[in-house]
Amino acid sequence: MTALLIRGGRVVDPSQGLDETRDVLIEDGRISQVAPAISAPAGAEVLDAVGLVVAPGFIDPHVHLREPGQEYKETVATGTKAAAAGGFTAVACMPNTRPVNDERSVTELILTQAARAGFARVYPVAAATKGSKGEEMAEIGELVDAGAVAVTDDGLPIAHPELLRRLFLYTRHFGIPVMQHAEDLKLTGDGVMHEGVWSTRLGVPGIPSSAEDVMVARDLILLEDTGGRYHLQHLSSARSLELVRQAKAKNLAVTCEASPHHLLLTDQAVADTEFSTDVKMKPPVRSEADRQALIQGLQDGTIDCIATDHAPHHVDEKDVEFQVAPFGIVGLETAVSLCLDRLVHTGLISLSRLVELMSTNPAKLLGVPGGTLAPGSVADVTLLDLDAPVTVDKTTFHSKGKNTPFHGWTLRGKAVGTILGGRRVVVG
Amino acid sequence: MPAGSAPKVHWHHKDLLGIAELTRGEIELILDTAESFAEVAERPIKKVPTLRGKTVVNLFFENSTRTRSSFEIAQKRLSADSLNFSASTSALTKGETLVDTTLNLQAMQPDLIVIRHAYAGAPHFLAKRLKEFCGAKAAGVINAGDGANEHPTQALLDAFTIRQKKGRIEGLKVVIAGDIDHSRVVRSNLHLLTKLGARVTVAGPRTLMPDAMSEAFPGVEVAYSLEDALPDADVVMMLRIQLERQGKLAFPSTREYFRLFGLSNQRLALAKPDAIVMHPGPMNRGVEIASDVADGPDSVILEQVSNGVAVRMAVLYLTSGAHLEAA
Repeated sequence: MTALLIRGGRVVDPSQGLDETRDVLIEDGRISQVAPAISAPAGAEVLDAVGLVVAPGFIDPHVHLREPGQEYKETVATGTKAAAAGGFTAVACMPNTRPVNDERSVTELILTQAARAGFARVYPVAAATKGSKGEEMAEIGELVDAGAVAVTDDGLPIAHPELLRRLFLYTRHFGIPVMQHAEDLKLTGDGVMHEGVWSTRLGVPGIPSSAEDVMVARDLILLEDTGGRYHLQHLSSARSLELVRQAKAKNLAVTCEASPHHLLLTDQAVADTEFSTDVKMKPPVRSEADRQALIQGLQDGTIDCIATDHAPHHVDEKDVEFQVAPFGIVGLETAVSLCLDRLVHTGLISLSRLVELMSTNPAKLLGVPGGTLAPGSVADVTLLDLDAPVTVDKTTFHSKGKNTPFHGWTLRGKAVGTILGGRRVVVG
Repeated sequence: MPAGSAPKVHWHHKDLLGIAELTRGEIELILDTAESFAEVAERPIKKVPTLRGKTVVNLFFENSTRTRSSFEIAQKRLSADSLNFSASTSALTKGETLVDTTLNLQAMQPDLIVIRHAYAGAPHFLAKRLKEFCGAKAAGVINAGDGANEHPTQALLDAFTIRQKKGRIEGLKVVIAGDIDHSRVVRSNLHLLTKLGARVTVAGPRTLMPDAMSEAFPGVEVAYSLEDALPDADVVMMLRIQLERQGKLAFPSTREYFRLFGLSNQRLALAKPDAIVMHPGPMNRGVEIASDVADGPDSVILEQVSNGVAVRMAVLYLTSGAHLEAA
């Protein structure tokens, strides 16, 4: 029997309503006891966590690991190493690989590579439609059997309303959510930043928030008829949030996620950075009013999860004109520090709420082990030092992607380690 | 322009990326410098040695006859050596990136790069990358139009022309009408005219007017018809309508556009009797402007073109640093 005693830390576990100094004993990969002053069993490794926060392992429900097919951007190994370095014990990876994860062999490859790397758990999210072409359903039953935890065509919306209706119905057989990248591409047009004051000032083609909102509204109407679970990815606009709030009030099975960049940046960043392609992502960072609404959504519970939408690109791909650069930024190695510094230390949300957003709720969303330190549960743990000073330095990222708008930011608080199934993860 | 009272302004920019980053004093310095170059065009030998030995690359990723010709003539009149590099003959079609193309040109050590590009921010991006790669040796970058962002030398020549005709800019009412959404001319003009104290009204169909216009450019009035915009106008600036927008999203037909938004003599009569009519070109006669207005007594459209050379000479002179070497 292997045992690990985490001694003297501040245990923050919203699943048990716990925020107290406790010892945590892990035996054979599972949490066996959470209590004050546990005496170490013979042979147990003891981890001194005095001054640290001990939380259930953080789970990022939205990352792009790029493997198979675009290993020059990221691999399962480098992406999960970045995840571990950033304080995550699990990630859910999107299916827009080459080939698209729309069949068992791709799902299994991802799981094999993840097991081989051993840095974090990987939960594949399979394509909702074959080739993510939005025309016919993928073999969802087989994909779930292979290990997929949800379906999405992320990067592209599921635009066809009748198909989405059937997806809501069909996925009810498996209890998995349909994750939607909500965007009406006809409204996006050639837009590359939020349509508003700054796109107008800079003469940059805009993406109106209605491009997101109309699809969210439509999807929620369909969901009301079909049942099923709907998860709205990277929610960015105040109006979409309001639609989700109303749907939740009607008890629809809807959840949503927001990304650190949407919580911390606005469209003004395009002007402030003189068109840096590291502030180009989809959906775009929006107005200050949208950003404030999202903070409110964190506070009132409308937003369920924080997700990074970690989207690594090669440096050459981003070193081009703003209009033609690919959308997306990396997030795994900055998210925890950004959220601690800008959301928790500022008093906008409590630490317990942050753990809920980054661990408890993502576990529930994906229907996976973790998200709790209750005895008997899997021993995935994230250790935080709330006061460690951090200067974001993209050159030290483990991710192959260096495309971050947060390079050089000075922050307070970071993840100092993860424990995966009772084993301390060494990032090296 | 107020005489005598203005403190002496020193030009220290290596680039001219937009009007947004210029002060009123810097704008007026360019206009004053252009005054002194205007007279070169009247000489029998239209050439001064000011930029002798300087190399200027005209890097045009988008078609442009008038802006490129104007820059080229300005360079020749200043005795600079110039090279034209256009997208149709460039390596870009072979997949080379903008950065690589520019670094290759930079390796030949030009003093200035004049860039026209279809995408907003491309000159800013290039200027930044050149400085990162080459530091103080980086060529200066002059924006000759980037997407719908800025076209600073156009706004400067417009201001030069207005000042020439009206004697001032402060306090004038300027109406800019047409496709506001997609116009770089309008954005540079809004920055410039508001900095110099003009009252500006933009007018156009709602489908070509950004919702956030008045928030993005505080103090600028927004109108949705020429009838609402023109009364009291001292200057009427018409913008080119891109014909490819016809019938798609922005307006049903050029016929209907002219009917609702074209500048006819009848509509022009709503402006002040001495109002001048401007157009950055190229014009669509019978679409945004009637021929008899374009060719009429109030039109200063061709004078804008003449003034463009003097203004670009001033910009080349100042950004090249020649004024510092002379001192």
